[in-house]
Amino acid sequence: MNRTYELMFIVRPDMLEEDQDKLISTLETAVTATGGSLKKSEKLGKRRLAYSVRKFHDGIYILLTVEGGGGLIHELERRLRVTEPVIKFLTVRIDEEQKRLDKIKAIKDARRKTSAAPPPVEAAAEPAGEAPAATA
Amino acid sequence: MADETRASETPRAPTSSGGDRPSMGDRPDRGERRPPRPGGPGGREGSGPGGRKFFRRKKVCKFCTEKIDAINYKDVRLLAQFVAESGKIVPRRLTGVCTPHQRRLSLAIKLARNIALLPFAGRAS
Repeated sequence: MNRTYELMFIVRPDMLEEDQDKLISTLETAVTATGGSLKKSEKLGKRRLAYSVRKFHDGIYILLTVEGGGGLIHELERRLRVTEPVIKFLTVRIDEEQKRLDKIKAIKDARRKTSAAPPPVEAAAEPAGEAPAATA
Repeated sequence: MADETRASETPRAPTSSGGDRPSMGDRPDRGERRPPRPGGPGGREGSGPGGRKFFRRKKVCKFCTEKIDAINYKDVRLLAQFVAESGKIVPRRLTGVCTPHQRRLSLAIKLARNIALLPFAGRAS
């Protein structure tokens, strides 16, 4: 039950600030009700859309990062579909990608650490390793 | 190598090996008869006046050189560099992106299109 999702949705541009906050808090209660947690909520502001959606040319983008089980997104999307001001939404699962990035980062950090302190350890290991090979 | 073994095996009967030769020796004969091909039609000479068939220039993958790991669908400026004026995704033979990065890039572009950050067709206003 450790899936991390990124939920981005577009709200119609004439929605008021407090309504947006109300919507976010509603979603947050839905998230915690199903046992998840809302990690981050970000308002990316009003942007021009690349194509018209439901006859709107601008929209306010809101990004939520939630963590929870699989059914959580089902519930959230159901709510978003019903909410009138929301004109588009997109959910992306990011825990696998995050795992991959962390692995790459760990490898890079390990490489940096070994390159910072190589000689004593490796010099001691190498002759010990080479001598038996040469004799054998 | 096959020719050499056959010649060593059957030195007494050149006629029989001669009969065998055309079938087995076709491969080296063909290589000898044909003039050696130029390595790439003028592509290796230089990137300027050479033929435009193979390598025009040694393009490198932008993501590999700058060590960008994660291609996020949210950074439109980065993605828009790989999208043509018509909104189409530019093929990797023109941009020089390596295959794994091109796959991730196209996935990110399609996500961005879905959330109206990039257009499906037409100019990105």
